[in-house]
Amino acid sequence: MNEIAATMRGTRFMDHLDRLENESIEIMREVAAETRNPVMLYSVGKDSSVMLHLAQKAFHPSAPPFPLMHVDTTWKFKEMYRFRDEAAKRAGMRLIVHINQQGVADGVGPITHGSAYHTQVMKTESLKQALDLYKFDAAFGGARRDEEKSRAKERVFSFRSETHAWDPKNQRPELWNLYNARVRGRESMRVFPLSNWTEADIWQYILREDIPIPSLYFAAERPIVHRDGMLIMLDDDRLPLEPGEAPQMLMVRFRTLGCYPLTGAVLSTATTLEEIVRETLGATTSERQGRVIDRDEASAMEKKKREGYF
Amino acid sequence: MDDAMQDTRAQDRATPLAYAGAAAGGMLRFLTCGSVDDGKSTLIGRLLYDSKQLFEDQVSTLERDSRKHGTAGEEIDFALLVDGLEAEREQGITIDVAYRFFATERRSFIVADTPGHEQYTRNMATGASTADLAVLLVDARLGVLTQTRRHAFIASLLGIRHLVLAVNKIDLVGFDQDRFDEICADFRGVVDNFSFTTVTPIPLSARFGDNVTSRSENTPWYAGPTLLEHLETIEVDNDLADRPFRLPVQWVNRPNLDFRGFSGTIASGAIRPGDAVTVASSGVRSTVARIVTYDGDLDRAGPGQAVTLTLADEVDCSRGDILVRPEQRPEVSDQFSAHIVWMSETPMLPGRVYLLKIGTRSVAASVTDIRHKIDVNSFQQIATKSLALNEVGVCHLSLASAVAFDSYEENHRTGAFIVIDRQSNATVGAGMVQFGLRRATNVHHQAMTIDKAAHIRLNGHRPFVLWFTGLSGSGKSTIANLVEAKLYSLGYRTYALDGDNVRHGLNKDLGFTDADRVENIRRVAEVAKLFSDAGVLTLVSFISPFRAERQMARDLMPPGEFIEIFVDTPIDVCRQRDPKGLYRKADAGQITNFTGISSPYEAPVNPDLHLETVRADPVELAERVVKFLIDREEE
Repeated sequence: MNEIAATMRGTRFMDHLDRLENESIEIMREVAAETRNPVMLYSVGKDSSVMLHLAQKAFHPSAPPFPLMHVDTTWKFKEMYRFRDEAAKRAGMRLIVHINQQGVADGVGPITHGSAYHTQVMKTESLKQALDLYKFDAAFGGARRDEEKSRAKERVFSFRSETHAWDPKNQRPELWNLYNARVRGRESMRVFPLSNWTEADIWQYILREDIPIPSLYFAAERPIVHRDGMLIMLDDDRLPLEPGEAPQMLMVRFRTLGCYPLTGAVLSTATTLEEIVRETLGATTSERQGRVIDRDEASAMEKKKREGYF
Repeated sequence: MDDAMQDTRAQDRATPLAYAGAAAGGMLRFLTCGSVDDGKSTLIGRLLYDSKQLFEDQVSTLERDSRKHGTAGEEIDFALLVDGLEAEREQGITIDVAYRFFATERRSFIVADTPGHEQYTRNMATGASTADLAVLLVDARLGVLTQTRRHAFIASLLGIRHLVLAVNKIDLVGFDQDRFDEICADFRGVVDNFSFTTVTPIPLSARFGDNVTSRSENTPWYAGPTLLEHLETIEVDNDLADRPFRLPVQWVNRPNLDFRGFSGTIASGAIRPGDAVTVASSGVRSTVARIVTYDGDLDRAGPGQAVTLTLADEVDCSRGDILVRPEQRPEVSDQFSAHIVWMSETPMLPGRVYLLKIGTRSVAASVTDIRHKIDVNSFQQIATKSLALNEVGVCHLSLASAVAFDSYEENHRTGAFIVIDRQSNATVGAGMVQFGLRRATNVHHQAMTIDKAAHIRLNGHRPFVLWFTGLSGSGKSTIANLVEAKLYSLGYRTYALDGDNVRHGLNKDLGFTDADRVENIRRVAEVAKLFSDAGVLTLVSFISPFRAERQMARDLMPPGEFIEIFVDTPIDVCRQRDPKGLYRKADAGQITNFTGISSPYEAPVNPDLHLETVRADPVELAERVVKFLIDREEE
């Protein structure tokens, strides 16, 4: 065990992380027991990594009794695909990859169609397609309440109508640890086992548990262009340079992972988990700042969620 | 930090996972409540801001939004930080419970921000259910209001032990000590009705920060802690580790034939390998073999830990059971008294069957009696026939089968339940058990030597309950008699329960009101269950007009054993046949509450068998029933 993790073991933080861990495990077991056909949405990011790790804990010595599903927009960082396949293999879980083929046929992408439309077609619509196709009645997501205002009000077990819509004004009261997972017909549940975790908790837990995460989270020299106040990495040759733009090798890392043309990097020298934790605890901007899709207006996320975005 | 706590910490390190949840110092969950415009959201925003939990981009969004929607002029409107949803921002009120997170060097906090608007009181109960402490805001100008009394009541009802009275907007009364003292005295009059462990009044201004995170120079007369200081240092009692051991079984872990583990989160008490345990509802005993976790086996586990136990013997135990120590058994009963907070627009009615989720157990239940409701303003007990949205009542409940529980006061996790509407699946109520009722209390099940399986072996067939439902005169008894004769000739042990023969004996005290019809079916279903336990194939021919009661009967039996047969005859045909002359009397007004005429019949939506008597003769229909049964038995 590394030094910081060893120190952390003796501090009150561990009580806090243990409480969160136990709560998440309880939530996952509840889903396994109460729903017919659950799936875990796996987006390859750090939160997904923590969620997958917790699932392995929850059902040990059994493998988690549900598959992983990645809703692939086809614009993820190359490394994310490699990491995804390895992670599923390590966990001994079936991996479903779903791509909105109609979107592909229509050539939808973030550069040609803009971030909002791309996200709508390749992520939101695609997710609904996949849930319908496999008839999942419960889907785990890694969203946290501290991420964004509208998420702060979402239940752990979040009811979705037959059309996957979320009605923020008509949510089921959620008391104690007594989750109501009951649905009928094509209704479903989105379940958020990390609801009560913060970004700092996630990093401290990754450090404590030594959870594998993609190397994009660690600082390295990467080819970067400045665009709309964000640092965008040239991950492949699909991102056309605008006049006057020239890629620059910069020491950067990512705080969240998404479609690479929409995901801003931060300047950083943190090449170890300990350094990332230190940087995160002292961070002055929130992690979602690195996402183009949230920046349009403050209630952007709430709109997307009502439509069925995770 | 005191020395005793450090000592505990040293022990914890020896078994790193054994202290989860037991040392509550690491995390405090609290809720804020108060009336509209008391400044709850502003207070939370202020706590986040002052404890430097906000990122630069969040502050800049806040500043931009403050100019657009804010009510604080040129200053930052902290309420915008936490009023998450668009509609709330537009209306300027918080409409749903929201959770916030912040941490200081001393503690991390989860805050439930709950609305004060009267119609959303259910959200306050929701926030309170997971909170260790409540911060109750009052506006210094307005003092103690109806809602203040209500919120103190709900906090007490939900078992919160620690209360902070945040006398907000103290700047608007000129930081006046007399006003503060007056409010404190009023409030003491309110909380004297309850048993809070601590009640801490603090004069503060959320908008300007006085006594929130730093001591105010404007209130030199106030010697107590700032709000944050109090939240950081208050010792929240947590003696769960010393209470009786309770493990509600959540999931049976069965990766292969060699491993059978019982997964769940320990509600209270501690356990070690070698300890004797009992399945609370059945009384079956065994010994803990291992405490299995992903991080290796434990030699001890305590409250809050999500573990998997394996037992030394193969015992019958599944989701919904509670593992306990043999000498510390919970109550086991199918009837108890409880406080219920009603959360639905549709009122709660006694006799209606709901689904109750208590621990990991879901069971059909109905309220047999509302003892009284509690006026949240006067705390007086008032007689009532139903509970409306946001009303709180003391109720007697009857469950379809016995469950193990503790009183909520003893153990929140084994004494709390939610009430679910069986049609909409909505959560419509929250309940807290007071005590078990009548016979079942403390009469623990004896594990029977001659059990159902033994009866089945002797009889040579599985038991079923064939439940014939339909209008009076639809042909239920005719078909049931033919089915029974056929089954008898095939060697089945059978018994027929008929509406008329049972009403002449067991149920002769019952009439035909809705309430009596419900009780009539409940008794018949219980009798059918006893026959079924004896391995006998039971044929029940009852009108059984209500879906809810037929569902209740189905839920009594193991899955697949209850077969609902809808004997479907149009009412005109029944009236024509009128084998007992009842329709004639009903039409003449000589019989009240006659099903199909003056009392409703709720036809089955998805019966196992649908027999249309106008399309086939009874012999043919009886053969269909027998064939269905034989197919079902071979499944």
